[in-house]
Amino acid sequence: MSVLVAVECAEGEVKKSSLEVATYGARVAAMLGTTATAIAVGEASEAGLAKLGEQGIAKVLYDAEPRLKDFVNNAYTKLIAAAAEQEQAKIIVLANSNIGAAVGSRLSVRLKASLATNVVALPKTDGGQFTVKRGAFSGKAFSDVVLSGERKIIALKKNSIEASHEAGKTAEVAAFAAQLADADFADAPQQVVMQEQTGGVLLPEAALVVSGGRGMKGPENWHLIEELAQALHAGTACSKPVSDVDWRPHHEHVGQTGITISPNLYIACGISGAIQHLAGVNSSKVIVVINKDPEAPFFKAADYGIVGDVFDVLPKLTAAVKALN
Amino acid sequence: MKFLVCISNVPDTTTKISFTPDNKEFNKAGVQFVINPWDEYALTRAIELKEANAGSTVTVLNVGEADTEPNIRKALAIGADDAIRVNAAPQDAYFVAEQIAAVAKDGAYDVILMGKESIDYNGFQVHGMVGEMLGIPTVAPAMKLDLAGTTATLEREIEGGKEIVQVSTPFVASCQQPMCEPRIPNMRGIMTARTKPLKVVPAVGEPARTQVAEFALPPKKQGVRLIDAANAGELIQLLRSEAKVI
Repeated sequence: MSVLVAVECAEGEVKKSSLEVATYGARVAAMLGTTATAIAVGEASEAGLAKLGEQGIAKVLYDAEPRLKDFVNNAYTKLIAAAAEQEQAKIIVLANSNIGAAVGSRLSVRLKASLATNVVALPKTDGGQFTVKRGAFSGKAFSDVVLSGERKIIALKKNSIEASHEAGKTAEVAAFAAQLADADFADAPQQVVMQEQTGGVLLPEAALVVSGGRGMKGPENWHLIEELAQALHAGTACSKPVSDVDWRPHHEHVGQTGITISPNLYIACGISGAIQHLAGVNSSKVIVVINKDPEAPFFKAADYGIVGDVFDVLPKLTAAVKALN
Repeated sequence: MKFLVCISNVPDTTTKISFTPDNKEFNKAGVQFVINPWDEYALTRAIELKEANAGSTVTVLNVGEADTEPNIRKALAIGADDAIRVNAAPQDAYFVAEQIAAVAKDGAYDVILMGKESIDYNGFQVHGMVGEMLGIPTVAPAMKLDLAGTTATLEREIEGGKEIVQVSTPFVASCQQPMCEPRIPNMRGIMTARTKPLKVVPAVGEPARTQVAEFALPPKKQGVRLIDAANAGELIQLLRSEAKVI
């Protein structure tokens, strides 16, 4: 019995959220007195995978099948299921990403496992029960969920734990062949289109986020958001009304019906803080609100606030960050 | 083409969340329930595709007790043809997926649509479980869905971009914006919805695989520290020296 972690890779490197998954898996393995093995998906490299030793992973399984570079639901499910069988894994950890949730849900049926997504903390194993804490009600609450199946699958919310880095430790990278057939790639994408991200920072993975609302008055003013984001190496986001009127693309919309993020720092500019927006961001560790209306409800959920005009305040913040660097 | 649209009954998006005193259950007192906002994309797109493909039908499916029927009728008013309610409180994603898979198999549906996730449980699990139970592809989360005969072309959101995916019917897709502009019922729809068939069936399958032990609310914020706008740069100092996040 061991812990299996599925790590997503891009351009030869393990994604940040998957380093968190590897760290989580290694800690669960230590709790249970066993070891953690990783299975790689996506565009992986042996050098990138060996570095998973820094997160406490002993061994990484790697199938060099080139068609695994892009996400293919059936093929990924079969690959991870085969790795789970080989390693006799009772616990499987994935990222709570669009890939992890899609694969995890299929996997849970195939392996007859209990599944918890959106998990935010290490499990509790007291009283003979295996309990995980997960986000519910769109960020407005948490629930402790008992996973009663013999096998358990956990999808870890991004930015919930910090990845460990034990410099110099390397993992053994072992070739793994899941015997995938052409039929397993029937739902392979015809085309993959990547969007340009502000400063190259991917919003769901971003540690720092600068976000704008209707108070920005129009898309032509977004350079103010982008300049602060670039100075901070932050991702950019927006509120629902902003993506509804196409000032910004919908993949930047954070909130109850957009994406939910939990960065270390969320700076809200000209966003009043409707309850639906708060749901998407209130697990951010530090929230800064800039709004000219002192009655904006967002101030109640903020750690720091500036009552003022975003057009006046944002350039000052950008200058202050540049002065610091 | 036979469409099956799965809807869940969730607290309105403006609901202030609270729990029963033992923290074991959601406190429903005074809460308005609505069709899960993500499911509205699935419902409206199914109706649009039905209108474009003559001879098609849209069946709406809910796993829930009798108190969900007003929202099932609302879905019928928006334009679904008939409805099925599996008479059981939804226990967990696996339990719900079993009910959907059984109905889908029984009715030989071609396209099974649902929202990306429910805004209460936030599982993002049911679509994949149903696909796996039926042995058919799942595309999740889908931002665009077009049909040409039995071939569907979808845009699937991935972190940082999208994939164009083609699948043949039958398939499952979980839907999100900007797939369509969700419709609201009109007066004629509301009148006709009253007489559209709503079938109630018992639950099937194995018990749930997860159990909620306890709910909790997030810790309250300490209160906001205000910084003078004239001195905005001070915020950056505080974020470094006090909050230690930059």
